[in-house]
Amino acid sequence: MNRRLDVLVCSGAACVSSHSAEVKSALACEIDARGLSDEIRLVETGCMGPCELGPVLLIYPGGTFYVRVSPNDVAEIVEEHFLKGRPVRRLLWETPEARRIAEEKKQVPFFEKQQKIVLANCGEIDPENIEEFIATGGYEALGRALTEKSPEELIETLVASGLRGRGGAGFPTGLKWRFVARESGKTKVVVCNADEGDPGAFMDRSLLEGDPHSVIEGMTIAAYAVGANHGYVYVRAEYPLAIRRLKTAIEQARNAGLLGLNILETGFAFDLEVRIGAGAFVCGEETALIASIEGERGMPRTRPPYPSTSGVFGHPTLINNAETWGNIRHIVLHGAQWFAAIGTPQSPGTKVFALSGKVVNTGLVEVPMGTTLREVIFDIGGGIPNGKAFKAVQTGGPSGGCIPAEYLDTPIDYESLKKLGAIMGSGGIIVMDEDNCMVNIAKYFLDFTCDESCGKCVPCRAGTRQMLDLLEKITDGKGETADIDRLRSLGMMVASTSLCGLGQSAPNPVLSTLKYFGHEYQAHIHEHRCEAKVCPSMIRFEINPAACRACDKCRTVCPVTAITGKPGTPPYQLDAQTCIRCGRCAEVCPFDAIAINSGDLN
Amino acid sequence: MTGVITAQQSETLQRILDEFKGTQGPLIQVLHQAQDVLGYLPAEVQSAVADGLALPLSTVSGVVTFYNFFRTEPRGEHVISICTGTACHVKGADRMIDILRDVLGVGLEETTQDRRFTVQGVRCIGACGLAPVMMIDDEVYGKLDRKRIQEILALYE
Repeated sequence: MNRRLDVLVCSGAACVSSHSAEVKSALACEIDARGLSDEIRLVETGCMGPCELGPVLLIYPGGTFYVRVSPNDVAEIVEEHFLKGRPVRRLLWETPEARRIAEEKKQVPFFEKQQKIVLANCGEIDPENIEEFIATGGYEALGRALTEKSPEELIETLVASGLRGRGGAGFPTGLKWRFVARESGKTKVVVCNADEGDPGAFMDRSLLEGDPHSVIEGMTIAAYAVGANHGYVYVRAEYPLAIRRLKTAIEQARNAGLLGLNILETGFAFDLEVRIGAGAFVCGEETALIASIEGERGMPRTRPPYPSTSGVFGHPTLINNAETWGNIRHIVLHGAQWFAAIGTPQSPGTKVFALSGKVVNTGLVEVPMGTTLREVIFDIGGGIPNGKAFKAVQTGGPSGGCIPAEYLDTPIDYESLKKLGAIMGSGGIIVMDEDNCMVNIAKYFLDFTCDESCGKCVPCRAGTRQMLDLLEKITDGKGETADIDRLRSLGMMVASTSLCGLGQSAPNPVLSTLKYFGHEYQAHIHEHRCEAKVCPSMIRFEINPAACRACDKCRTVCPVTAITGKPGTPPYQLDAQTCIRCGRCAEVCPFDAIAINSGDLN
Repeated sequence: MTGVITAQQSETLQRILDEFKGTQGPLIQVLHQAQDVLGYLPAEVQSAVADGLALPLSTVSGVVTFYNFFRTEPRGEHVISICTGTACHVKGADRMIDILRDVLGVGLEETTQDRRFTVQGVRCIGACGLAPVMMIDDEVYGKLDRKRIQEILALYE
């Protein structure tokens, strides 16, 4: 019997933790029990993107897209959809207000404004099957590069495409290739930086989990162009599934003659090795990453010499980020003009973003450069949940900045974000609402960079510590007016004198919040008021006598017996002196009778 | 080698060292595999690795202490990794740490008295869409709140 349906189960990290594996095994059982195994193929794919809706299923032909599927829905899906051809409507995506149902995946607004190039295969193919990758045109670019193009032509194509590094800094990729190609050394090395250390970023993870061959193909093409025979993929140890899928893909490529001594029988030799990181944020910096590949402490080295001259074990090294590698095969296949026409003239192509925080549709999105922050957060992301107000969007992780509402119409490209004091970074977009304190957020990032500073140069090691101390002083309610200037001048000193990108960008979260949310710093210092009611030293819990029903719940959970009262005799009393502001009482109160207030009592 | 590790573990360690013979710059990869097998990297394992790779012990120890992933103390039976990434932070990771402290009686980087659980904070685990998130061993649990944490921990009782 002919195969008539492909059932794709998203197995990205988010869906797996929403129990997509159980859904898949339930489907397998049911399909088998109904004797449909020959007609229906079940495929585990990489991340489809809308993590919030998981587990999700995509069914071809037709493109039916089921959301929040549980194992209990499986019998109905098989009976109604697979046997009788009637999609299970209650599992389709629908808009909350208009009650519009999306009959197929492309009608879901989350996907409407996206343009998938790098992620085209993620969620559409089985990442552990090289044949599926080849069926989508995979390794065709490699074949053409090796047989029809000279290394010089490839480099010219890349330069003309205008592709810029997707790891954050945005250096023109083609130029990097040219520098390495011009080096005379016999041994050259190609490296994939998949040490995605920014908290709030999961683009590289999703790409390696969903379409590992596209990275391998990009690296192999580059190796041919610059004359390298060995490559490393440096992946975070925190991503075991990505590591496993990548290793499987490398093995498959070797067996298919696409890696190894005689690639596609052209005599070109290239092979890849996976190196696993060990949890150090600074290793995302290229010279620190190189030290880590060599088995050393991941400390950055002074440049020059640049890695293109002296990188891994002293060899000329071409190092690009995973997403950058994912673009290569498309540029080789479709040409520089095609790529340059997407996005903006200065920042061509698309960018993958990991959208998270206080936004309805969290997940992985790919949009043309130049798309505005508003489009990403409100059109694709669906806005802010629970009727809260948007406060800021943070891009670029600990090296980036917080952008306030008045700049939501800024197009996303390298220059525009930099102008606002943020950076593109690797692509984390974290949305914050009125309940997030911006001083606390600045402190959070400084705490991160201070902890991750490798300690090699003084401005970063000591400067971030001093800045963190000042921020702690302010959030503890002990801040003084002069602290704002101290923070600013320290920040500028650390930025201008640190050795590597970590220190140079570490002050960004502080400087950008000082610039756009200076009033919150002022309120913390002068009124001891935390607008978002986050900083524990500035909030107090108060029982609203009118709402208290004397249910006794708050008194029983209070760890310091700050609450007194008799069951059935409202209102209860809360002693502010004893209270440690743990918030347990407010959490358990069924009547919302416990209010959190901030600011000096007059 | 005597003391913390068994003869069998010592043999495994030797096998790992042999496997990486001829690889350039293998130290971090060897330490990963050694920690996988032994659970942690006490001083005597570090010495053995240093001998095996012909490196000074200071180099090995320097690398072990530089990277967050390597540990020199034994862990509980299950390791709870609470994500402290930005998305989790803005969605209340600190609160989740308080709840775990409440339920298990231990804070970050601590192990319960019965050695069943070790709680640690980790940098982003890349499941930001489900924040706040924690991992118990290799299993990821998202959209946490007090009730869900209690339900999840019950699975490990």
